[in-house]
Amino acid sequence: MEWEVVIGLETHTQLQTNTKIFSGASIKYGAEPNTQACEVSIALPGVLPVLNKEAVNCAIKFGLAINAEIAPRSVFARKNYFYPDLPKGYQISQFELPVVGKGAVTIQVPAVGKNPAYEKVVNITRAHLEEDAGKSVHGAVEGMSGIDLNRAGTPLLEIVTEPDMRSAAEAVAYAKKLHELVQWIGICDGNMQEGSFRCDVNVSVRKKGSDRLGTRREIKNLNSFKFMTQAIEYETRWQIETLEDGGTIHQATVLFNPDTGETRAMRSKEEANDYRYFPDPDLLPLEITEADKARIQTQMPELPEAMKARFEAQFGLTGYDAASLTASRELANYFVATVDKGAEAKPAANWVMGAISAKLNAEEKSLADSPVGAEQLASLLKRIADNTISNNAAKQVFEAMWNGEGEVDAIIEAKGLKQVSDTGAIEAIIDEVLAANATMVEEFKAGKEKAFNALVGQAMKASKGKANPAQVNELLKKKLTA
Amino acid sequence: MTNNNLTNSSLIQLSQMLANKAISSVELTQTFLNRIDALNPAINAYIALDKDKTLAQAKAADVRIAAGNAEPLTGIPIAQKDIFCAKDWQTTCGSKMLANFIAPYDAHVITQFNAAGAVNLGKTNMDEFAMGSSNETSYFGGVKNPWDFDRVPGGSSGGSAAAVAARLCAAATGTDTGGSIRQPASLCGFTGLKPTYGVVSRYGMIAFASSLDQAGPMAKSAEDCALMMNVMAGFDERDSTSLNRVKEDYTRELAKPSSSQPLAGLKIGLPKEYFAQGLDDNVATVIEAAIAEYKKLGAEIVEISLPNTGLSIPVYYVLAPAEASSNLSRYDGVRYGHRAAEYTDLMDMYNKSRAEGFGAEVKRRILIGTYVLSAGYYDAYYLKAQQIRRLIAQDFVEAFKTCDVIMGPAAPSTAFKAGEKVDDPVAMYLQDIYTISTNLAGLPGMSVPAGFSHGLPVGLQIIGNYFDEARMLNVAHQYQQVTDWHTQMPELTMPKDIA
Amino acid sequence: MALSIEDIKKIAHLARIEVSENEAAATLTKLTGILGLIEQMQAVDTTGIVPMSHSQDLAQRLREDIVTKTNQRDEFQKIAPVIGNGATEKAVSHGLYLVPQVIE
Repeated sequence: MEWEVVIGLETHTQLQTNTKIFSGASIKYGAEPNTQACEVSIALPGVLPVLNKEAVNCAIKFGLAINAEIAPRSVFARKNYFYPDLPKGYQISQFELPVVGKGAVTIQVPAVGKNPAYEKVVNITRAHLEEDAGKSVHGAVEGMSGIDLNRAGTPLLEIVTEPDMRSAAEAVAYAKKLHELVQWIGICDGNMQEGSFRCDVNVSVRKKGSDRLGTRREIKNLNSFKFMTQAIEYETRWQIETLEDGGTIHQATVLFNPDTGETRAMRSKEEANDYRYFPDPDLLPLEITEADKARIQTQMPELPEAMKARFEAQFGLTGYDAASLTASRELANYFVATVDKGAEAKPAANWVMGAISAKLNAEEKSLADSPVGAEQLASLLKRIADNTISNNAAKQVFEAMWNGEGEVDAIIEAKGLKQVSDTGAIEAIIDEVLAANATMVEEFKAGKEKAFNALVGQAMKASKGKANPAQVNELLKKKLTA
Repeated sequence: MTNNNLTNSSLIQLSQMLANKAISSVELTQTFLNRIDALNPAINAYIALDKDKTLAQAKAADVRIAAGNAEPLTGIPIAQKDIFCAKDWQTTCGSKMLANFIAPYDAHVITQFNAAGAVNLGKTNMDEFAMGSSNETSYFGGVKNPWDFDRVPGGSSGGSAAAVAARLCAAATGTDTGGSIRQPASLCGFTGLKPTYGVVSRYGMIAFASSLDQAGPMAKSAEDCALMMNVMAGFDERDSTSLNRVKEDYTRELAKPSSSQPLAGLKIGLPKEYFAQGLDDNVATVIEAAIAEYKKLGAEIVEISLPNTGLSIPVYYVLAPAEASSNLSRYDGVRYGHRAAEYTDLMDMYNKSRAEGFGAEVKRRILIGTYVLSAGYYDAYYLKAQQIRRLIAQDFVEAFKTCDVIMGPAAPSTAFKAGEKVDDPVAMYLQDIYTISTNLAGLPGMSVPAGFSHGLPVGLQIIGNYFDEARMLNVAHQYQQVTDWHTQMPELTMPKDIA
Repeated sequence: MALSIEDIKKIAHLARIEVSENEAAATLTKLTGILGLIEQMQAVDTTGIVPMSHSQDLAQRLREDIVTKTNQRDEFQKIAPVIGNGATEKAVSHGLYLVPQVIE
């Protein structure tokens, strides 16, 4: 029997604001428990919510970025349920009228085995503003849970997709794309460890060819892409095995255990919830005008797709290179800065995706912490372009710069890496090489092309690698064919 | 001047006495405290008194008066409904749930009174979470109607009502979700105003039904209410529903030059539905006499119709409990308020804390509200009620095309006996038949003393268009210039000498 | 839409209010009366009428994103309830509010 997995994602992105969505309390991560829990956060009797302008701006930015409908009028609703980390006994969210309507995100699904990479459009159903809950802390006091309400009221944008994904790879590609996008437009810091970007994944399976959706289970709070892959793959296998064994799937909320690699249903959410949504009488409808959208549009950075197209047109980069460079705003900015400082685009692209990325990966650093800045990389590339150093020498210089040994020219000087481009000096070396390798000269003249490369090698060796290889080639060819 | 005259004086008279040093705020405050000592044990108008804090405020007011920067209410003792959070004051909302709750912050209304230099005399009794029309749902016991101790003062602002009627304060604050200022004002014989929704900030006012709750003054006259409004009203950025309007002087219309017909040209609409079945005949007679008085003042009478009046009660008893069921979810025994002494687990802690902390009427309304919002019933109840709410509001829009103010009774009867309706919620709910629609529409409404029936006060309701409080206050004020119903007070035997 | 004892128990559970069997029966009577009052609404044709959530047709005002709140934890936790079940200290520890173990 052939099965198909159907996946939809709900992602909670924590918005990059200074304060909570409905109060002026700080949302800075890592504060002592309840020190950022103001009277609104702890829901004292009589307190009221007032909406944070910046949270709304973030929602508009997201709507613009995915080319979505931005609601001229949206409504905050109360989602009623009791939980100790939910101090009001209801969460302020949006229900019937969300701020962002239908939109779409194009994802690149990487090649797996013999299956080639491909592009896919994931449709966004909606995105709505809501407040986060607090945190339950276990173990501080025996037999009790501790409640920290610092996080309660933190602004979230919950982004919901259609059930458009058909594999863990697609789901992860979408999650990564979204993760990058929300950082690109500056609405979320993307920090998954701190919970700034949390994914709930709805998984169901059905027989291939069926157009009916199976019963779904929701995997809650996945905070790494690795876990997401593992959780979806485990859950898919489990659902298929359950069905093949004649069992049925019951709608449930499940948690992923990274230690066992398994998912299990949550005990506390077993009962069917009746959230009794209704419009929050403490908040008026949120109105967003065309002028608001136009104002936010001017604050929007160039989006990755537009930038990719521009890189191809302006710099003659391949589609692959342009896509790689625009995989993150940081990387793209670094590339653009390198070019702005005078480097040629193609070598700049190669170095950014090559040496720089390799080093950062190896040392688990971000671009912001790179010891070699865009300006330094540009000066290195300029020294290759003006034939001061060879590509090989450049690698040594880069290594030295990375290790903090100084600026480009000083390193070239100190290490004596300057390329010899003086025709007279190179001719002298070639003459010596030709004299010492008469056999090879004979072979070349007899038609063995290989001998030429060997002679170039000898000349380079004799120059201790400093001779300009292009000049060596040219002069050698001239002398041998003379 | 005798102490009786002092406690009977208008806010302007008191303000003048304070200004020309005829009396100090400490003396004035002490006079009221003595009267409270003597009468409150019988009336039970106050839940919390804190003489040290009160007198400290009076002292500070005297310093301010001496320094020459007093405002009209500086040094004047005001009773605050126990629905307003007042920093370091016990703030119970009439509930066991909050019996030990010491508010760590001030409500906007309290901040405004403090800034005006007014003295907080104490926190007044009320129906639990403002749910009631007789003050009998208070955890702290019922309140006596000063006109007849066997009868209720009305509710939910019953403590403030009794305090104003018995002259246990110079004036008081109340809140009105479905009639909780106007109905007790009617039953206790004084002037009460529920302003347009959004005119007084709800910040720090413990929520019952957020889209209907509105605070307002309860005082001896329209003029006193106007002075109170000058302190209470105003924009507050902490309340999203607070209206950002230019600050008004609510006394501005009162100063109009008086003639024999100061209300000439005023069109008074009389809704036929307010004089239909259910209205006590004696109350109707009093209201008709008041209308006759208004004709003498030059007003013109227009018959109008508010056809959906009868639906206001069903609509209200869907919307208000729905909002309340959610507003009261924060009382879970986790961070403040009542937590059950014994429980087995989290669920049990919630269930017991809330079952013990809330009284019967509050529980009923939470259950009704939970029911009407629950899956499968939302459209038939909640949504339907919101649609009819619009019809009710539109009735008023139509009515105000032909009149300037609407008049009628504030309550269908005079004060009823304690215990009479306690076991019949539906009968109790009908008390608010004439007041609820204005809350649903968000309009301002007043109750003004208009006479007596069998020795019990009857209130005339005046409903105005949005933001028309100043005119309404003048309409009431002109009536109070030619009648003395508002100056009458109950005979209260002082159990001890308070001189 | 007649209410049953089961409905009462269900909504009491949703509202987290313990109701004994006796109370449930008494509550049923009272709530049935109130619902009878509410039922009058069903006679009204409300087709096409826009529901009214607020008395004025205004838009939400927005707040500047500036930190205005300071740490008031100690003051707020002074009013915390006592733990219960024999423990008479306040239900706070290490700055946390204490509740019976939450099971996920």
